[in-house]
Amino acid sequence: MDFTTQLLIAAISAGTPLLLATLGGILNERAGIIQLGAEGLMLMGAVTTCIVYIRSGSLLLALLATLAVTALLGIIHSFLTVTLRANQTMSGLAMTLFGSGLSAYLGKSISGLPLPGTSPKLDLGWVKSIPVIGDIFGRLDVLTWFSLLLVAALHLLIHHTSWGLHLKAVGDNPATADVMGIRVQMIRYSYVTAGAALIGLAGADMVLAYAPTWNEGLTAGRGWIAVGLVIFARWNPLRALFCAYFFGALDSLGFRIQLLGSAIPPYFLKMIPYIVTILVLMYLGYRNRNKPSGTPESLGTPYIREQRF
Amino acid sequence: MQNHSVEMRGIVKRFGSVTASDQVDFSANAGEIHALLGENGAGKSTVMSMLSGVYRADEGEILIHGQTAKIRSPKDAAMLGVGMVFQNFRLVQTLTAAENIVLGEKSSFWRGSKWIKNKHAEIEALGERFGLHVPVDRPIWQLSVGEQQRVEIVKTLYRGADIIILDEPTSVLTPGEVEQLFETLRVMKKAGKTVIMTTHKMKEVMASSDRISVMRKGKMIATLDTAKTGELELARLMVGREVIITRQEREAVQGKPLLTVNHLEVTADHGRKALEGLSLSVRAGEIVGIAGVAGNGQKELAEVLTGLRAWKSGEIVFDGKPVKTASVRGAIDAGISHVPENRMKSGLAGRLGSVDNLLFKSYRSSEHSRFGILKAAKNRSWSQELVQRFNVKTPELDTPVQQLSGGNQQKLLFAREVSHRPKLMVAVHPTQGLDVGATAGVHELLMELRGSGSGVLLISEDLDELLQLSDRILVIYGGSIIGETDHEHADREEIGLMMAGIRHREENAV
Amino acid sequence: MSPKNMSSSAVLESTAVPDKSGKRFSLRLEYDSSRNRSPWWSPVLSVILALLLCAVFIAANGMNPVTVYEKMFRGAFGTSYGFTETLVKAIPLLLCGLGIAVAYRISVWNIGAEGQLTVGAMAATAVTIYFPDLPSFWAISLMLVFGIAAGALWGLMTAIPRTHFGVNELITSLMLNYVALLALDYVVFGPWKDPQGFNFPGSPMFTAAQSLPVLGTTRLHIGLVFGLVAVLIYFLLIKFTRWGYELRLIGANPNAAKYAGIHIKRHIIIVMLISGGLAGIAGMAEVSGVTHKLMQGISPGYGYTAIIVAWLAKLNPLGLIVTSVLFGGLIVGGYSVQTIGLPSSISELLQGAILFFLIAGEMIHRFRIRRSA
Repeated sequence: MDFTTQLLIAAISAGTPLLLATLGGILNERAGIIQLGAEGLMLMGAVTTCIVYIRSGSLLLALLATLAVTALLGIIHSFLTVTLRANQTMSGLAMTLFGSGLSAYLGKSISGLPLPGTSPKLDLGWVKSIPVIGDIFGRLDVLTWFSLLLVAALHLLIHHTSWGLHLKAVGDNPATADVMGIRVQMIRYSYVTAGAALIGLAGADMVLAYAPTWNEGLTAGRGWIAVGLVIFARWNPLRALFCAYFFGALDSLGFRIQLLGSAIPPYFLKMIPYIVTILVLMYLGYRNRNKPSGTPESLGTPYIREQRF
Repeated sequence: MQNHSVEMRGIVKRFGSVTASDQVDFSANAGEIHALLGENGAGKSTVMSMLSGVYRADEGEILIHGQTAKIRSPKDAAMLGVGMVFQNFRLVQTLTAAENIVLGEKSSFWRGSKWIKNKHAEIEALGERFGLHVPVDRPIWQLSVGEQQRVEIVKTLYRGADIIILDEPTSVLTPGEVEQLFETLRVMKKAGKTVIMTTHKMKEVMASSDRISVMRKGKMIATLDTAKTGELELARLMVGREVIITRQEREAVQGKPLLTVNHLEVTADHGRKALEGLSLSVRAGEIVGIAGVAGNGQKELAEVLTGLRAWKSGEIVFDGKPVKTASVRGAIDAGISHVPENRMKSGLAGRLGSVDNLLFKSYRSSEHSRFGILKAAKNRSWSQELVQRFNVKTPELDTPVQQLSGGNQQKLLFAREVSHRPKLMVAVHPTQGLDVGATAGVHELLMELRGSGSGVLLISEDLDELLQLSDRILVIYGGSIIGETDHEHADREEIGLMMAGIRHREENAV
Repeated sequence: MSPKNMSSSAVLESTAVPDKSGKRFSLRLEYDSSRNRSPWWSPVLSVILALLLCAVFIAANGMNPVTVYEKMFRGAFGTSYGFTETLVKAIPLLLCGLGIAVAYRISVWNIGAEGQLTVGAMAATAVTIYFPDLPSFWAISLMLVFGIAAGALWGLMTAIPRTHFGVNELITSLMLNYVALLALDYVVFGPWKDPQGFNFPGSPMFTAAQSLPVLGTTRLHIGLVFGLVAVLIYFLLIKFTRWGYELRLIGANPNAAKYAGIHIKRHIIIVMLISGGLAGIAGMAEVSGVTHKLMQGISPGYGYTAIIVAWLAKLNPLGLIVTSVLFGGLIVGGYSVQTIGLPSSISELLQGAILFFLIAGEMIHRFRIRRSA
């Protein structure tokens, strides 16, 4: 395999957790709720997967537990931001701090222990025989395929179904949606919860496909990068796919360059994704300075029925 | 007893200590256009919001087609066939007109291109029946206000409403569009629908309705047949006393030119052209009114003059000196005051008290601070004085101004803007949302400014206000001034035509 | 329509309940946005609830929560050694928390104090490496100036994308944290590594001249004075100056501030310079006053804990002092329970939980149950 193919494989591998987290973030923000707790949710997802997988030996059970735990955290975030109308930024920060604290606390007992296995790969014999494409798509694991299907599913959901129309209405103008008989609070709860669970799954993917053991703070800011990617992808699942893989490539690029025996200290190569995140957002800000950004209009503002001034 | 399609009995609604609707009885019939007339704040919208399920009544009962109805949400209202076109449209800006119309429809989960095509045809056909053209596949933010209103009306019809409420529908339309709307209402009436329209404009009520109910201060005053009443009676019922509608005699303005604007070109937020070659002038001691339908560049004009927005080309001369760059401080120092469109959005800081709000524009001056440190005690007594002089009713100086009434907020704002003796006042919709008393107070203040030799640029959508106050009225359309009349020769109809973009006949002839 | 009551009220639920006399009335849960000052007991209650929640996790670990909390409290406040340690930890929390509070006054979210502190520490260390022989006064002064400048620069790098490119400062400041930590790794593993350090990552030890004076035999250093003086200056500036008035106005209504001719962008840059500079002082004080050398893990998350400190203190100067001591105690307490086999991350867990309950508590008092006919 040549360097590019290897890089592509690595990009998909490193990009999948980013993709899952970005899709989760898109669901949250499309419903009008900011999710800055991504980092904490990913850590909670990763640690839950590790604990349940190591203790029970069942991958399925581990994934279900992960979805349940992070969905519960999503419900807490919804309760604070939708029902109590708390500051969404602050609630997300609390989620991140709480998630990193709790994951570190819970993960102490299994720190450094290897997982019993990784996420199973789908061996597609007939694809494998195709050059390059076979190398890339012949050996993807279940979660990666799931994330790809999810991109398509969410794209169709948002743009071609009544649910998608309701979601867009709730995110852009909840008062109108309410008058039209759409249950704003219920929709917000659902999408925030589902979004949180997806971000949790991103954490699971980090340990299953990427670094098969628990380490405190192993996400290293990827949750935050996903928050940036949501903006980069302009709240669009298809664009999220490319953005996530682009960042996956950046992430693994440093490692690859190091393997080639470059003289650049690895610390600087590791900085690339963080710095590029900032630069990309700056570029988007500059390019879109005269355009509506595609941000859901009500993002960050709680909805209060019967508002009267 | 006649069989009413809508009957409301003894409706009471309180908001905190304010009773917005006090034992209101109201009824309307199928096949009529019923106008609900009253001043801003009379409670018309509140009563109609209860009929459409936005608010829930504290007391009273509602009957629809003779049956007691429990309307607890807009959804309940829709099920009963009640649909409302709100003053602030309930439309999702990013969705297309058709998507907005079908929003909330739970059937057909999958929406492929065939479904969309069928819906577009269905909506267009429905619109045609009532003389309403809607561009189905364009997003709302690209539509004009009039088009948006049509989308709203089609939406209520699409949802099967046979009782249709329109809240102040004409306030956003040009006179031509108003006539078109009335035509649609007549078609609806013929189709046997109940049409209820709230408004505060007597002329329109007389022109369009069959019956009129008048509200004042939360109470229902009277219900009359349109054919048997007249504007004077309506005015008396609305205000509660005789109103004399006259124009004050006044002397011609002799002041020197204060502000001259030549060929101003301005770009709006999203790169759209907002002002295109706009020219105007204001003399000292003159009130110049700017008439026009919202969104024709009024906002940008006010922002440029007060230093909030940069302009692309053109020339501005104020008080004999050319203005080079947009600077709010420059404008303040030059003596330009500003009463912005939305006082709570940009004119006042709601969470802060009166002192902080009064200091807005003068805190930099040596009177109020020295070496970067505020003169706290002096500022307090200065504020106390202003609050008294302008008769602002506030419990304490430190009470957050968001707790004051709209009229008192506006007085506080005027106190600040007038306190440093402006040479030019740019007032945008200064009486919006104020009651009669407060409106009169604001008008008086503007006339006082005129009397003391200040120039006033009055931007308003209220044609009556403009006709009453202005020495000259300029009509803005598409970012430039397309017509001008003076106080004596101002003609409603002609201004109305120009607001719709139809120029002077003389000019047309060329 | 503008009634006196400008607040919005919303009915959440309504249940019809017959009362004793048989008359029906309904209970409604109403939301009142005008009640924006939460009662004094709200933070206290949130701390108690957080302790209760974490007790569950401690119990799940097979320990008695009461014993653990007692040990934490004793460790942090029970002995004079523990208390000075608590104060030592409170110094960076106070400085960073103050920085965050200043920025938050105008709704600028600086969550990059961790990175700003780190580069401050690095810049101060650079002085010891490139000017090793300066006399004490000059060494300390130069380290302080370098620390402030580096922190402020890091703050500026958060401010510029926000003001000139519309980039959310939360993301920028957080990304810069990781960049700063990687830069720290680079210098302590690479060019600044102590040749006599047995290959451990870390700079050479500072000389006495490069160390901040301490109180007696304790580890409590003069950085505490920096913190207290900074709080005092903050209080005076906010309360009495034009600058404070401008911040108040921007905080209350940015649109109105624009109408008053205030340059909001300029203020965002100023507060981020101050915010970063204060965190830079904290970083300088850590290396020069506590660790006496630059090493990995110079901050156990002070920058993040400081966010909670600022929020808990509600940006109030006196509150900042109290809460930073409290959270300093929490960190020290967390270390002290490590000896009985509990992870020290218990203090992080507590911090997160406190913040959660605090946010909920600030909102919940805006709801009230009303009886209506």
